[in-house]
Amino acid sequence: MKFFGKLLLIILAFIILWTSPSYCKEPYKIGAIFSVTGAASFLGEPEKNTVLMLVEQINKAGGINGHPLEVIIEDSKSDETQAVLAAKKLIEKDKVLAIIGPSTTGESMAVIPITTSAQTPLISVAAGASITQPVKERYWVFKTAQYDTSAVEAIYTYMKKTGIKKVGIITITTSFGDAGRKALLELAPKFGISVVADERYGPKDTDMTTQLVKIKSAGAQAVINWSVGPGQVIVTKNWHALKMGIPLFQSHGWGSKKNIELAGKAAEGVIAPLGRLVIWDKLPDKHPQKALLKKYVTDYEARYKSEPGTFGGHAYDALMIVVDALKNAGPDKKKIRDYIENKIKNWPGTGGIFNMSPNDHCGLDMTAFEMVIVKNGDWEILK
Amino acid sequence: MSLLLQFLFSGLTTGSVYALVGIGFNIVYNSTSILNLAQGEFVVIGGLMMWFFFVGMKLPFATSVALTLTVAATVALLMERLTIKPLLKKGDLLLMIMVTIAVSILIRGLLMFKFGKDPYTYPPFTEGEPLVIYGAVITQQTLWVIGITALSIVILYLFFNKTMLGRAMKACSLDIKAARLMGINVSNMVMLSFIISGLIGAIGGIAITPISLMEYDKGAMLSVKGFCAAIMGGLGRGRGAVVGGFTLGILESFTAGYIHSGFKDAVALLIMLFILFFRPAGIFGKTETLRLRKF
Repeated sequence: MKFFGKLLLIILAFIILWTSPSYCKEPYKIGAIFSVTGAASFLGEPEKNTVLMLVEQINKAGGINGHPLEVIIEDSKSDETQAVLAAKKLIEKDKVLAIIGPSTTGESMAVIPITTSAQTPLISVAAGASITQPVKERYWVFKTAQYDTSAVEAIYTYMKKTGIKKVGIITITTSFGDAGRKALLELAPKFGISVVADERYGPKDTDMTTQLVKIKSAGAQAVINWSVGPGQVIVTKNWHALKMGIPLFQSHGWGSKKNIELAGKAAEGVIAPLGRLVIWDKLPDKHPQKALLKKYVTDYEARYKSEPGTFGGHAYDALMIVVDALKNAGPDKKKIRDYIENKIKNWPGTGGIFNMSPNDHCGLDMTAFEMVIVKNGDWEILK
Repeated sequence: MSLLLQFLFSGLTTGSVYALVGIGFNIVYNSTSILNLAQGEFVVIGGLMMWFFFVGMKLPFATSVALTLTVAATVALLMERLTIKPLLKKGDLLLMIMVTIAVSILIRGLLMFKFGKDPYTYPPFTEGEPLVIYGAVITQQTLWVIGITALSIVILYLFFNKTMLGRAMKACSLDIKAARLMGINVSNMVMLSFIISGLIGAIGGIAITPISLMEYDKGAMLSVKGFCAAIMGGLGRGRGAVVGGFTLGILESFTAGYIHSGFKDAVALLIMLFILFFRPAGIFGKTETLRLRKF
C-alpha cells in the first residue's frame, strides 16, 4: 500500500511536470510600486490593472524564454515613506531584478537613492524631469512618462506655425500646474512667444471667468490652461460662455473622453497635445504604435470596463521595456540596465517611440504628442 | 466698466453658494450653539444626487429635485437623531463639533464609494446663449443661482418671522430654557434646524453643479468658505451670512481681477481678519451677544 502511494505520487508529479512545461524554469521576479490607494490612486489603479493584465498575457504565451514572469505589486498608498519601505522589501526580501514605478514624482525621488545603492534598475512611471536628470546621477533610473516640457514644446511649435505670438496662461496651484507653469514661462522666449498674462486658480475653485477676462484684456492671442481634474472643464465652460474669440489650449492632461462629455458643446475647438494612446483609432494604419495601442486599449476596456488612460500606458511601457531586456539580456541587473540604455531604440510603446541613450533616460520628446482638436464631440488630429 | 461688471458677476456666482452654506451654519448655530462642519457636504449631496436622479436614472427634472431634497433632508435627519441628539444633553459643544467633522468624513467616504473621484455635471436649467450686459457676459445658469439664492433668503425670512413654527425655532435660538417653559419642543426644533440647513445646502448644490461641476470632496472647501461668510457677517445673524457670503465672493473675484489670481484666497481671508479685528462680532453682530456666546 505504501509503495502504491509513492508510485501514485511519482506519476502525479510527472503528469504535472509534463502538462506545464513552461513552469519548469525558475520565474523572473520584477517589483512594482504603485499608488493604488490614496490621493494618487487615479494613477495607481490603471497602472496596477495594466500590469496584472500583461503578466497574465505574457505567461499564457509561455513566459519570457520559458521563464514565467512574476510581478510583485506593492501599494505605496500615495505616500513617500510607504514607497521607500516597499522598495526595500522588494530588493531585500523578494530579490527582484528590476522595479517599475512609483506612480508620482515625489515617491520616485524618495525611492531613487535606495534602488541606486542596491544597483537595481528603476523604471518610474511619473513625469517629473528630475527623475532622470541629471542623467549622470541617475545611472540606474529610467522613466516612461513624457516630459511636461515636451508637451509645452508641442504647443509652442504649433503656435509658431499658426502665428500666435502672445499667450495668456492659466494654471492650477498643484504640483502639476506648477511644473507646467514653469515650463510654459521658461520655454516661451525660445519660440519667440511672450506670456502676457500669468493667472492661477485653486483645485476646488468654481469659476475662472475673472482670470480669463484678464487674459483677454491683456491682449493674448490664445489661452493655455494647465491642469488635471474638474478645473480644466470649468475653464473650458467659462471660455465658451465668454465667447473669447481666441483659441483655448489644454495640457496633455486633457486626454480623456470624460472631459468632452463634461464640457459638452463648450469643448468644441479646444486644442491639446495628446499622447497617441487616446487617439489610436485616428492614426494611419502604418503608424508603428497603432497595432500595439489597439490591442492594449481594447483588451483593457474589455477586461476592466474603463479606459486605461495615459497612466496605464506608462506602466505598459515600463513593464514591456523590462520584459524586452530580460528576453535579450537575461536575468542580470547590470545587463538589464545596459540593455535599456543602449538597445531601446525606435522602440514603439504606448507613450511614443522610445529612443533611450546614455544622455536621455526617458527617450521621448515632443514627437510623442499629436496636436488634437475637439470636433463634433470627438478628437481630430491637426496636421 | 465691462471688466468691473464681469468681476462682479463672477463674485456673485461664487458668493451665492458661500451665502447659502453660511445661512446653513447660522440656522444650526442658532438652535444648538454648535457649528455643523458637515454643512458643505450637503452641497455635494445636492449636486451628486441630482446627477444620479436626473442623468443617471433619467427622471424628469422636478422629480429629480424633489428626490434629491428628500435624500438631503433624510441625511440631515439621521445625522441629528443619531449623532447630535444623544450628545445634546451632555452639553459638550466641542464634542458635538468634533462629531460633525466625523460625519462630514463619513459622508465624503460614502459619496466616494458610490460616485468615485470623477467630477459630475448635468445640463443647465435653461439652454440658451449667455446674456451680455454692458459688455460683461453672464450665463443663464448664473442668473438661476443668484435667483434661487435670493428666493431661499426671502422664504427663510418669511418662515422665521411669519410662521408659528419659524417663530418657535427663533425662540429656541434666543433662550432655550424660556422656550422650553413656553411649551416648545426644543428637541424637535433642533432636528428641524438640521433638516432646513441640509435642504439649503442641497439647493445650492443643485443650482451650482452645472457651472462648477461637483465631485465627492468639494464639501470641505465650501464648509470653510461658508463658515468665513457666517463669521464675517456675524455668527447667528441671518442676513449677516448673506452679506458675508457675497462680500467674500466679490472680494475673491476682485483680488483675482485687480491684484493677482494667486493671491485670491489669501487677500480675501486677510480682509476678513481685518473686519474681525475692528468688529469682532462680525458686520451685523452685536458685541453684547458676543460675550454671551457659549462658543
